[in-house]
Amino acid sequence: MTDIATTVPRPLADADSAARIERRYRQERRFRRIGLAAICVALGMLAIMLITIVSNGYTAFIATEVAIDVTFDPAEVDPDGTGDPAVIGRANFQGLTRNALRAYFPDVSGRTDRRDLNKLISVGAPSTVRAALLENLDWMGTTQTIWVKAGADFDSFNKGQIPRDVPESDRRVNDNQVSWFDQLAANGRVEKRFNGTFFSSADSREPEQAGIRGAVVGSFFTLIVTLLLAFPVGVMAAVYLEEFAPKNRWTDLIEVNINNLAAVPSIVFGLLGLAVLLNLFGLPRSAPLVGGIVLALMTLPTIIIAGRASLKAVPPSIREAALGMGASPLQTVTHHVLPLALPGMLTGTIIGMAQALGETAPLLMIGMVAFIVDVPGSFTDPATVLPVQIFLWADAPERGFVEKTSAAIMVLLAFLITMNLLAVLLRKRFERRW
Amino acid sequence: MANLAETQTTEGVPVANDDIPQAIRIAAERVSVFYGEKQALFDVDLDIASHSVTSLIGPSGCGKSTFLRCLNRMNDTIEGCRVAGNIKLDGVEILSDALDVVQLRARVGMVFQKPNPFPKSIADNITYAPRIHGLATTKADFDAIVERSLRRAGLWDEVKDRLDEPGTGLSGGQQQRLCIARAIAVQPEVILMDEPCSALDPIATARIEELIDELRQEYTIVIVTHSMQQAARVSQKTAFFHLGILVEEGETEQIFTAPRDERTQDYITGRFG
Amino acid sequence: MTFTLLTAVLLVLTMLSYRLGRQRVLASGSSVKDMHSLPSYYGAYVALWCGIPAFLMVFLWQVLEPQFLRSITLSGLGDTARALSETQLNLLLNDIRSLASGGILSREPDAAMTEAAERYSTWRNISTALWAVVAIAAAIGGLSYGRRLVNPTFRARPAVERVIKIVLIVASTIAILTTVGIVVSLLFEALRFFGKVPITEFLFGLQWSPQTALRADQVGSSGAFGAIPVFAGTFLITIIAMTVAVPIGLMSAIYMSEYASRRFRAIVKPILEILAGIPTVVYGFFAALTIAPFFRGLGESVGLGVASESALAAGVVMGIMIIPFVSSLSDDVINAVPQAMRDGSFALGATHSETIRQVIIPAALPGIVGSILLAVSRAIGETMIVVMAAGLAANLTANPLQAVTTVTVQIVTLLTGDQEFDSAKTLAAFALGLVLFVVTLGLNVIALRVVRKYREKYD
Repeated sequence: MTDIATTVPRPLADADSAARIERRYRQERRFRRIGLAAICVALGMLAIMLITIVSNGYTAFIATEVAIDVTFDPAEVDPDGTGDPAVIGRANFQGLTRNALRAYFPDVSGRTDRRDLNKLISVGAPSTVRAALLENLDWMGTTQTIWVKAGADFDSFNKGQIPRDVPESDRRVNDNQVSWFDQLAANGRVEKRFNGTFFSSADSREPEQAGIRGAVVGSFFTLIVTLLLAFPVGVMAAVYLEEFAPKNRWTDLIEVNINNLAAVPSIVFGLLGLAVLLNLFGLPRSAPLVGGIVLALMTLPTIIIAGRASLKAVPPSIREAALGMGASPLQTVTHHVLPLALPGMLTGTIIGMAQALGETAPLLMIGMVAFIVDVPGSFTDPATVLPVQIFLWADAPERGFVEKTSAAIMVLLAFLITMNLLAVLLRKRFERRW
Repeated sequence: MANLAETQTTEGVPVANDDIPQAIRIAAERVSVFYGEKQALFDVDLDIASHSVTSLIGPSGCGKSTFLRCLNRMNDTIEGCRVAGNIKLDGVEILSDALDVVQLRARVGMVFQKPNPFPKSIADNITYAPRIHGLATTKADFDAIVERSLRRAGLWDEVKDRLDEPGTGLSGGQQQRLCIARAIAVQPEVILMDEPCSALDPIATARIEELIDELRQEYTIVIVTHSMQQAARVSQKTAFFHLGILVEEGETEQIFTAPRDERTQDYITGRFG
Repeated sequence: MTFTLLTAVLLVLTMLSYRLGRQRVLASGSSVKDMHSLPSYYGAYVALWCGIPAFLMVFLWQVLEPQFLRSITLSGLGDTARALSETQLNLLLNDIRSLASGGILSREPDAAMTEAAERYSTWRNISTALWAVVAIAAAIGGLSYGRRLVNPTFRARPAVERVIKIVLIVASTIAILTTVGIVVSLLFEALRFFGKVPITEFLFGLQWSPQTALRADQVGSSGAFGAIPVFAGTFLITIIAMTVAVPIGLMSAIYMSEYASRRFRAIVKPILEILAGIPTVVYGFFAALTIAPFFRGLGESVGLGVASESALAAGVVMGIMIIPFVSSLSDDVINAVPQAMRDGSFALGATHSETIRQVIIPAALPGIVGSILLAVSRAIGETMIVVMAAGLAANLTANPLQAVTTVTVQIVTLLTGDQEFDSAKTLAAFALGLVLFVVTLGLNVIALRVVRKYREKYD
């Protein structure tokens, strides 16, 4: 034993070994720390991203409103005294609104100043006034205090997004406007209220008037088409490939093809939609129908792969039992295998749908990127979807759209989290160990 | 084999003898092992003699492998596994937290049930441990270690021309001998073998058994085996485990010819297990 | 509306035929026990005979009608129409259709147009009625034929199952059809592009400025469609993304699968996967709003000029997006390394990090390389981040602080907004799309093969 020790140093007996061991353990600790640091970086990025979005976006759920005293003079609103809402609706509400504001600031004169004054309230204010009057026709001949949205810049100003202390030249609101606004605020005529418009209206050029309703409905229509196409086809394809397909080159080809299709960049599906669905088949541009078809082709591989995995998880003994009772292969599948595999397939489908909901690029190709102010009413109406709306707003130069973009992202993430939670719950609820 | 005989004579290593009682190398006292809430081993007391082969036998799940893995603290790698009791290697407590497992494992090597060569060349498999333990620095030193270890494992003649080929390309028996060579490359004092032949064919098994017999001249060997014949062939001491309890231990011959415990009797006569 | 009505009628007929088939076999006098199949199969059989031909007719009508109406409408327009270009002709036809349905026109209708519109609406009504009749006739014909075949000894179940199986096969070939569709449409449009711009020019040219080539006199003008700067930009951003994603993703995967306790894993892994579930448009917004200004500010503070749409910002954010992709794939791969390898290394007295670096990583290397290739393919095809955070100008540079453009950015800019479909500009997008498809497909095929080989090794 001692002889061996002289030829090869023994780890424990060697004098240097303490230092070497120390070095090795230092390396070990360093390596471990690097691993932990990597995870921290990833989590930190996620945190920064979410914090940025929430801190930028939560203000979009509240809006600054300004109270103005509008006088509904019958001579102006309804000169013929018809009392007919159709006639009243055509009155000059812009003039009424501006007069109301001007009446509050009688000292303001001059074209520029008046124009500046008008910017205190949203260009959508007249329609707010109009809607209020049409609901309360007995207001005719009275003066009413009506809360209207502040102009986008003043909304930002009131929320502190446009700081007071920067020089006037660098500020989107000038000193006069600030003093008028302060005057209104001092008299309790400025309030922050819940921004219902954000959820009830569609896109607009004015940040304070823009909402996500159109995009949400567009996403809904698109996903319905996707679901109706991708789920049945995906389930049928999975059933065929897993349960009936012979093992030959053709099914091999399908299998390889599905795996590769799952990794094709999404924008390529958009090109397919543009070239085939729009140009060849002449389907309408910007329509949820086309968007849905494109997204269905894109999610199909996900659903097929998930479907096959859950079919594979059903133990062969179930099939053997059913076949042994004299059921045909198809009956075996539809009566026994498919019901057991369905929760897994649904989970895969929900995850695929969540992917489709967040997808933007292919929809740009088929024209769902247009500026659309109406809430779509059918599968062929021009529409946009939530992620595309985010893209459009992110590109908009107005300061007011930054918070809208972030808020729309929060809504999108809320939908995605709900869908994923649903998938997780479904998996937990029906998880089965054989 | 020639070189083995040589080492014996020149280095004067005490030759193990079946009749002479050996110095105690490992002393285990009241060793219990828990996997989470479940206790797998109950108060095992076992002394392992130097320069001899000790077999641990018993039916599946009896705790023999668990005990073996305590001897080089391999149980540390299993989440939720807890070991209680004392195990002394040459008088040093190895279960204490202060002990460095890395150094312990350099002294107590291990060979596994399934041959597990690394996906590296044959030479790199051998030099892996000497390199990390810093046992050699020059290429010549490493070459010497490769040759000596492979010779001692009886594999040199078969692989000397293809040391750069992957170790995974060898046959099962060769892979297992490569693993033994890998274990002895750092000159451990104890080699633990966990059913080293269970994945091998009879001819390869015979070679490994032969090798074990030669290796005990230099090393203390503890072997877990499922085969009673193998225990009888290769070991001087045998310990019989059943349901996590060490039922009986003693000279191999005594265990197989005159077991004191009824359970041992039943097991070796094939009534269960 | 007629279409919906027709579909409804056919559906009702199909349901009726199911009942009729069932009733017929039940009325035949033999008990269910003596029949070959359950009564519902006889119903289904007749329903298939009724529904399939009828809906095929409807489908055929949907496909053929536009062509048919187009030629009918054109036939009366005479020589003036024949002289028009394809685009003008389509515009004219659009107007005629609008005129017929009372929509908005792009011009004052003349006599010929009014006449054509009348002919169009007449023939449309005729064809609709005709096809409705044909489809309903097919439904009824199929119904009576199928019903005649039904008797208790008829093997209805196998017949129905055969049809269902065919439907299943068709469903499974849709994936193939999608691929074929992608290849054919990309190839077709790309070939048209190469008819205008030589392929060598496209692949090896150093100048990319498709916007200036929009003017008719400049179509295909030399130097405008050299895609090298675009490829180089894609490459640069991909490299930056991989420099971020591979070390972080790999080290996270290693920590997660080798060091982390079960509790840690159970909490952190799902959180990391949130990164993978965040839509790319959100990353794009994050890049443009936060990361790009951050890098610009950082550059200014050390006296470096960083473009506001620098490759660095887009690449880094793309890297963050890909981290969970790399880490979950590597996690799988590392977990596939047999425990025996770890045990072997630990038993020799290796520390955990030595085991990882010298045994596990080399053993897992093919799988890791496969995952990285998949991640690269993902980075190349990623669109929204670069559209929102990378530039439009095609600079041929290796400087990550400058703005570069990528294949996907160019596809998006070329195809959104006003477009004339036949211009070299829009067709160029398809040529870029073809390159993108071929490159990502190649990477995927190689990566999937490498990973599969690797898995087989340790199965």
